Parts: sequence; C-alpha cells; structure tokens
Amino acid sequence: MFKKILIANRGEIACRVMRTARRMGIATVAVYSEADENALHVRSADEAVLVGPAPSRDSYLRIDRIVEACQRTRAEAVHPGYGFLSENHVFAEKLEQAGIVFIGPTPQAIAAMGDKIQAKKLAQAAGVSSVPGHLDVIPDAAAAVRIAREIGYPVMLKASAGGGGKGMRIARNDGEARDGFRATSAEARSSFGDDRVFLEKYIEEPRHIEIQVLGDAHGHVIYVGERECSIQRRHQKVFEEAPSPFLEEETRAAMGSQAVMLAKAVGYRSAGTVEFIVDQHRRFYFLEMNTRLQVEHPVTEMVTGLDLVEWMIRIAAGESLTLRQNDIRLDGAAIEARVYAEDPRRDFLPSSGRLVRYIEPRGDGVRVDAGVDEGAEIGLDYDPMMAKVTAHGATRAEARARLRAALDGFYIRGPRHNIAFLSAVLTTKRFAAGTLSTNFIAEEFPRGFAAVKPPRKLFDRIIAVAGLAQFIIAERDGGAAADWVVCSDADQHAVTVTRDDHVFRVAGQTIDTDWQPGEPLLHAKFGRNEAIFQVDRNGHSLTLTHGGVTLTVKVLRPRVAQLFARMPEKSPPDLSRMLLSPMPGLLVSIAVAEGQQVHIGDELAVVEAMKMMNVLRAERDGQVKVLRAQPGASLGVDQIILEFV
Amino acid sequence: MPDILRQFEEKRAAARLGGGERRIEQQHAKGKLTARERLDVLFDPDSFEEWDMFVEHRSHDFGIDENRIPGDGVVTGHGKVNGRLVFAFSQDFTVFGGALSEAHAEKICKIMDKAMLVGAPLVGLNDSGGARIQEGVASLAGYAEVFQRNVNASGVVPQISAIMGPCAGGAVYSPAMTDFILMVKESSYMFVTGPDVVKTVTHETVTQEELGGAETHATRSGVADLAYDNDVETLLELRRLLDFLPSSNRAKAPLRQTSDPIDRGEPSLDTLVPANANQPYDMHELIVKVVDEGDFFEIAPTYARNIIVGFGRLAGATVGVVANQPRVLAGCLDIDSSRKAARFVRFCDCFDIPIVTFVDVPGFLPGTSQEYGAIIKHGAKLLFAFAEATVPKVTVITRKAYGGAYDVMSSKHIRGDVNYAWPSAEIAVMGPKGAVEIIFRSDLGDAAKIEARTEEYRSKFANPFVAASRGFIDDVIAPRDTRRRLCRALAMLRDKKLHNPSKKHDNIPL
Repeated sequence: MFKKILIANRGEIACRVMRTARRMGIATVAVYSEADENALHVRSADEAVLVGPAPSRDSYLRIDRIVEACQRTRAEAVHPGYGFLSENHVFAEKLEQAGIVFIGPTPQAIAAMGDKIQAKKLAQAAGVSSVPGHLDVIPDAAAAVRIAREIGYPVMLKASAGGGGKGMRIARNDGEARDGFRATSAEARSSFGDDRVFLEKYIEEPRHIEIQVLGDAHGHVIYVGERECSIQRRHQKVFEEAPSPFLEEETRAAMGSQAVMLAKAVGYRSAGTVEFIVDQHRRFYFLEMNTRLQVEHPVTEMVTGLDLVEWMIRIAAGESLTLRQNDIRLDGAAIEARVYAEDPRRDFLPSSGRLVRYIEPRGDGVRVDAGVDEGAEIGLDYDPMMAKVTAHGATRAEARARLRAALDGFYIRGPRHNIAFLSAVLTTKRFAAGTLSTNFIAEEFPRGFAAVKPPRKLFDRIIAVAGLAQFIIAERDGGAAADWVVCSDADQHAVTVTRDDHVFRVAGQTIDTDWQPGEPLLHAKFGRNEAIFQVDRNGHSLTLTHGGVTLTVKVLRPRVAQLFARMPEKSPPDLSRMLLSPMPGLLVSIAVAEGQQVHIGDELAVVEAMKMMNVLRAERDGQVKVLRAQPGASLGVDQIILEFV
Repeated sequence: MPDILRQFEEKRAAARLGGGERRIEQQHAKGKLTARERLDVLFDPDSFEEWDMFVEHRSHDFGIDENRIPGDGVVTGHGKVNGRLVFAFSQDFTVFGGALSEAHAEKICKIMDKAMLVGAPLVGLNDSGGARIQEGVASLAGYAEVFQRNVNASGVVPQISAIMGPCAGGAVYSPAMTDFILMVKESSYMFVTGPDVVKTVTHETVTQEELGGAETHATRSGVADLAYDNDVETLLELRRLLDFLPSSNRAKAPLRQTSDPIDRGEPSLDTLVPANANQPYDMHELIVKVVDEGDFFEIAPTYARNIIVGFGRLAGATVGVVANQPRVLAGCLDIDSSRKAARFVRFCDCFDIPIVTFVDVPGFLPGTSQEYGAIIKHGAKLLFAFAEATVPKVTVITRKAYGGAYDVMSSKHIRGDVNYAWPSAEIAVMGPKGAVEIIFRSDLGDAAKIEARTEEYRSKFANPFVAASRGFIDDVIAPRDTRRRLCRALAMLRDKKLHNPSKKHDNIPL
C-alpha cells in the first residue's frame, strides 16, 4: 500500500479523500493556489504545496507543477478527485511516466470516454443502447440546422469536450439550432479549448440515472447500484439519490450489466460512472461515462456501506477487487443535496464573501462533506459548491425527513446560499412522490424561487415559534408577558404563550424547547416531531428560518402591535430605473450609449462571472440616461451599471 | 358612581384627548403617533404614571386665554422599561402644536428634577413647533430652565432624546445636550433656522428633509445618533438602548443573565485579518463574535463609519466598544470619527461603563480639509477622552497601530489597563514603506535596496513583539480566545478605583 498520496484537487472532495487516506494510514499532500492558502483542504493535509495563482489554469490545472509537487513530497500516487485534471488522460500519462500512480482508470480508458463522440461510438459497438443522434463533428451552423431537422426537434447540442452541465443547449427550432450551435462552440472554445460540437435527440421528461461501476486492474468489474440525479438546474445536479425511486430490479440489472459491458470494453479499472437517461417507459440510453469519482458518490456509499475512495486506492495499488456482484446489497435509501454559494432569489447567481457563520448539521444518518469551515473566503475563482449534505434512512421517506431536518440545522451566514431552495424542493409533494425528471425545477418553480409562498402549516409553526422565542427573550430581559402579536409585513397574528418549565403552549400548539436567547438554533418538539428553527435577532426584529422559509417578524405587545399597524409603509428606493449588476463580476461590454432608446429585450450589457457570460437585457422600453460603469470595471452585486430616464 | 368621581373621570378623559379628535387624526395622517401612544410603546404595560395632567398655561395675551387645554402640550411622568424606572416627557403636537410655554417647561423641569433626585434615566420625545410665541420671553425662560437642567443632569443620569416631529430654533439645544439623539425618518427634522430663513439669508433652496431630516443628521452632520423608519421602531430601539445603560452615575448597568459561555472560542477569528495588510475586513465581525449573544447596539452606525462605537455585553455586563473600521477609509482617524468616538468614550466614563477598544488604525487622515477643519483639536478630543477615562479599559490591537493614532487608541501609555495584541498586530511609528523612505532616504533610487530595507523594517516592527518586549502590550493573544481574555480582564478590573487629580473640571479641547 502507498505510504503517501497527493490529492490534486481542492474543496470538499480533497478533504473527503484525505479522510479515507488517513483512516488507511496513508499520509496526504494537498496542493493549493494562492487563493486557497487558508483553505480547509490545506489544513486537513499532512503537507501542502503551493502550485500557482488563483486561476485554475495557472494552478490546479498545471500538470507540470503537480507532478513536481509529487516528486518534491515523494508522494507515490495521486487522487485527482473530480473536475480539474480528473479526466485528463495527459495528466495520467505524465504521472505514469514520472513513476507515480494515478488513482483512477488508465489513460487509454480516460481518453476513450473523454471524447463524447468517440464514447458513443464505443458504446454502440459494445451493445449499449444510445440516443439517436449525429455523432460526427458538425462543421457549421447551417449543418447543425440540417442535421437537427433530420433527427427531428427538439435536439440537444453538446460540446464534445463538455461535461458537468457546461456546453449544452436545447434547440426546438431552426433559429435556436443556429444560435445554439454558435453559442455552444464559442463557450466550448473558451471553457475547454475545443470547439467541436455534436447533437442528438433531446428526450422529453427524462430522468437522469447513472450506474456506479468498480473494476480492478485484473479485468473484474461490478456495478454498485444506481443513483438518480434527475433534479438539476441548468444541467447542474442539485439532488442525487440512491436507489432511484423509479427503477425496479429488472431495469437496474439491465442497466448494470450494460454498464459493466462498456467498462470491460475499455479495460476500465477504478471507480467510474455510466450515465443514462431514462424515459417515461423505462427505456434507457447511454449518455456518457465519467471516468472518475462522482460528486454524488456518498449516496452510493451510504446505501452500500462501501468506501469508494478506499477501493480506488486499493485498486490503484494493484489489489484485486474482492467484491462479487452478489456481495452488493442496497440498504435503505440515501439522498444528497448540494449546498452552493449562490442566490436562489436572484436566479441562482454565484455569491461570494467570507463565511461569517457556518454550523454544520448533525443527526442520525446525516453525513456532511464540506470543503469549507467558518471564516473561509468564498471566492469566484472556483465552483461555488460549499458542501454536500447526505441523509440515509431505512426508507426513502425517512431519508427525506432526515435531510429536511439537516437542512434546517445547516446555519450559514455570509455569502448567499441555496439551503432554503433545497428545503423547498424537498418539501414539494412531487419530490415526496418520487416523480422526478430533469425538468423538475423548471416545472415546480416556474416563476423562480422568490415567488414561492410557504405552505400554511409551515407558516403557522414559524409564527408560533417566533412568539415563543420573543416570550423567552422578554422573560429574560425583564418584560415577561403572555400575550404577543407576531407581525410579518402587514399580517398580524395574536399568540398567547404559557410555560411549564421547558414545555410551552403557543397558539394552540405544545412546543418543548430549551432554547436560550442568543442561540442560533432552536430545537423544538411538537409532540413527537422534532424540528429545528434558525433564529437571528436584528434589533427588536426576529428572523426565523425553517423548511425553506425565511420570515422576518416583529413580535410586539398587543397595544404596540395595534399602533404599529398604523405606521406608514416605507417603500425602498426606486431601483426599476437602474440596471444593477445581478452578481459580482467583470463588466465585459455595454451595448448602449447615453441617450439611446432601448426596447424590451435589447441587450444592455454583458457581465462575466464564473466564466459565464451573462447578457443583461432591457426589461421594458426606455431611454438610457447615464452610464455609471465602464467596460473592464469589476462590479459588486447591486452596483449600478446604468440609469434610465 | 358618586358625582365627584364621575366628574373626575370626565376631566381625565378630556385631558387624555389632548388637542381633540380632529388633531389626533391629523397627527395619524402624518404617520405619527400621539404623545400618549408613544408612551404606550416606550413603557411596560400599565407602568406609566402621568403627572401634571391638569396643568394649564397662565397667559392672557392675544386671546390665548380663551383656549386652555389640560396638560398644556406635553405629557410627563414616569414608568418602567423592562422593569426599570425611567422618566419621560412626550410633547403633544395636537395641543398648540406642542409649543413650549412656561407651564409646559415647568412640567418638564419637574420630572427632570425628580429623575436627578432618584437617579433614573430621562427620555424626551420631541414633537413641538417651538416657543409659545404668545408668551414671549416667558417661553424662552422656560427653554433655558430646561437647558440648565440638561447640563446639570449630564453625567448624572442618562438623557435620551427622540425627535419625532419638528424641533427647530432654540428647541434643538435641549436634545443637543442630551447623551443620544434618535430621529424618525421623514417625519422629524432639527435645525436652527428653517428653509425659509435659509432662502432669505443665503439664497440656498433646501427642503426640510435635506436641511435637517433624520438622514441628514444621522449620516452627514452627526447630530443624530440613530435614525429609524417610524415611531414604533424608534421607541422599541430606545427601549433596547436603555437596557444597556445604568440608571445613573451611582448605579451599575444592569447585569443580564446569559447562557453564552464566557470561554466561547471563535476559531474563525484566526482568519479575520487578511494576510495582505492593505486588504480590508469587517471589524463588526469581531465585535459581534466577541460580545454576549452577538448583541451589539451600535451608536451612529451611518456617521463617520471609519470608527465603530456602541454597546455590548461581556459576561452579562455592559461594555462600550470603540473600534477602528478598516473597511472605511482604511480605519483612519479623522475629524468626524475622533469627535464621534470621543463623545462615546466620555459617556462610558461618566456612567462607569468599561471600554473595550479594538485597534486597526493606520494613522490620521491627511489633507488640507482635515487640517483646516482642525483635526489637531478634534483628534486631541479622542486622546483626551481616553486618557482621562478612569473606567476599566481593555484594548486589543488586531493589526495596524501606527504613529500618534496608536497612542490615542487607549494605549498602555494613557492608562490602558490591559492591552492585548493579536499576532497580526503591527505597532510602529508608520507603515514599513513610509518608514524606509524616510530612514533610508539616500537609497531611494535603488529599488532593490529599498525593498530589502522594507523587508527588514517589516520583520523588525510589523509585529507585536517589540511592543510586548517593552511591556506596552501585556500579552499577545490568539484571536480565537479574544472573548475569553476580555471577560477575564474585565472580571479582574471589576473593582478598579482610579481618581483623576482634584479639579473644578478639565479643559478638553472643544
């Protein structure tokens, strides 16, 4: 076995690999960029090597520096995590040449599967069912339109070198095919340095289900169940679960054996994932193979009890995979949610800043894989994922309940984050029913997340807990009283609170809590149901967060509430006459001049953030009064770009 | 009910109506509460006892003798705020526009005298058109009586003013002499002369709101310490402020029970100060993570934001926090921030509130506007205030403590009791670059040499250990332990007794 390995990655996955390595008695080496000097993964490793400045291409993607770091620290093997160099066959080759073991598949397998077009051809040859499509590179937009017509709309345009949601577009007509081709190839060129694009039939209402495979260097391959990752936003996975609520054993076995066939066809070793899309009739089509550990591997680990990283290391060290197919048992269900630094109320734009408060949830069957801790600086240089929360239960319902509780207890302040959104998704009836599809979010939140109204029962509970919290605060502060009015916007809810030790009667509910003023988390028992509420105090206001709902209230004495109702509503300043930067980023261009008339939908400016070009368009007709920022400017969130007359 | 009781009830009801239903409606239409409604919000339920409800004015000129309204435009008395005694007056705009008469002033003076006598805070809710012109000099005399009492009470009981309507001319000087001024946005204003006179004299056109609104005074002039959206919020925050303050200079601030452990560690503070000395960070994070329950009541949060002042608690006891804010003007001291902090330090010293100072100061702000504006005298105020303060003083240097500003910010040399530094502290006459350019002027042309010298200076002085080796710093502490160390230092200092030399009073450079 190796004595020391280097983890060529950052964030939660680097920390996660180090955990297993440490358990196996293997020393760890981290690599880091200048932006990550104080990062958790650096502090979690036995040694750390600086590999360059913040941009990935100058640090985490620098093969030469990482090989050098291995040599300097005498690391015998490299775990690449996911993303970065994990699916770069040149990296695997360079390591091999330097006599360092790559903890992953062979360079040949990576190369074969890394080219999406070649992978499809290989899959077809191996007898794996595939989506109808055109697997040759499309030369230009006109060809894209012609081929799209042949296959029939809708079609999906994909960057050949793409993955992880980047470089994919749906086209439903000729215009979209033409524009989509241009946009996809431009994005592919800038993101991957490879502008080849292909297209295939787009499956409506599809489910994304993937098979985990594990193979050793001696030709033995098994599949380790599936994961359903249908809940995605812009092709980026948000929730993953195992097993899929949709599959029965027969389809699972059919998909599993095809995945194994494909893996064998490329001489696959290590952990890998064969992605399928599954239609409403449980017909499945090969999508691609990921020749690395997946972000969502914890759900598989929780239902199988395996440590996939441990197996990757053992296999890389030359050990045989001692597990047989029928050793694999799926126990219960596990669901993972990805916690991102992004603002769900602003179209999920990435958010940055210092993690001022960060308290991870705990609980039975709850696992948190985090790449940050309190005080971390969330930058815009890398993927905005901060952590993954996974909950396991005997049933899917139990796993879901545990995940909801875990999200309620996940206390993050500083950058904006998507926890409320994750809770809201879990709370939907449709999630509970398991009728998932990759269109789930678009269909369940058609007008965005901000428009979601909290369910009545949830709202009532929050009101009751607000009354309870104020009762406890007032009692401690010398203003004890039983009658309170919870005021939220224009609504007023009278509540009477009585206490018997730590059991409270509030607005008809019995709540058991030992919460003390100042504690960020209020653990409440409603009968046998336990629930966690996040409590923030801002002056005399209280903000409660629970079940995806954040409510700011004032809890007032009845007389004060009566007078408060009379207070005039003050409207915030009129921002509708301004174009604000929706995110921190670089102002790439301004398409209008002062005095120019614009029409609804016209392009006004382009802001680059997270390598994404965001086109800001006029929301109504008007005339530009004054430009407040110039191209090249680095914008803060809500910074004014221009003003209208 | 006997007749006499019925008559009494009727008289009370009439007095409670103040200027009558129509005027009350007008008051409400402006988004304002009436004088008595405001007291309902300020005080605990059923705790307010009104005095002088039946006082009427005594003038006879200009027909005003035909119009007498019981109470005469101000409601006075005492009540409880979270169980603690507080005196208050609340001017009633529905009665003669809240104008101040001799009798009105007498009512205010009566409760001021009583507040002084028993040692309880005094709250003034101002909503008055000004002097009762019909009374002439008698009204002016009334103002002066109040002013004299404001001065006498200063430093004896906390005085807090809320401006909840007009407050113009001479009337502004009573709140101006109190400890804190709160204003209501868009329905209150304070100025010495109104827009009409301004227009005549200086030809400036300006609205009431621009000239003396809450926003103006809370962000530009610094006259107001706090500004809120409406009457209710203003009064609820006033209650919160009172919770931090002692009742008088004879009493300690109330101790608040808390479950927040005094030894609570905050590992994330270890990374609060960025590696790059020119990169800002938010000093609020340190304050909020150190004080009990994260409960910090900031004073003047929108004025001179390069310094943060306010109240928090450590181990349940009130402390005054003064902290440079590196996010604004790099945390420099300038005229406004010096005045703001000096006044706050003196308030704390008056009322025996220990002062915790967090230092990250690169120096005083340079420039002609500062020099012409008398930064020398204003900066001296802060130095004077810290130096004369005899309350427990604990200081933590988080990063820069350069030059004269280091001395000013509650340093050991001006009787800082316990002075800590974080390992990131740099205590020096100036930053490395500036220092090297002076010491090694002859090397200025040689970039390599200068760089080497700068590095040498940095390694020698950009740390807390030189100061610690002289005993100017009592200990270098881990940022994560700041709360524990502050609690311990303040516990040690609890019975501190220190007296300045006997004198009539000092001569702070005003």
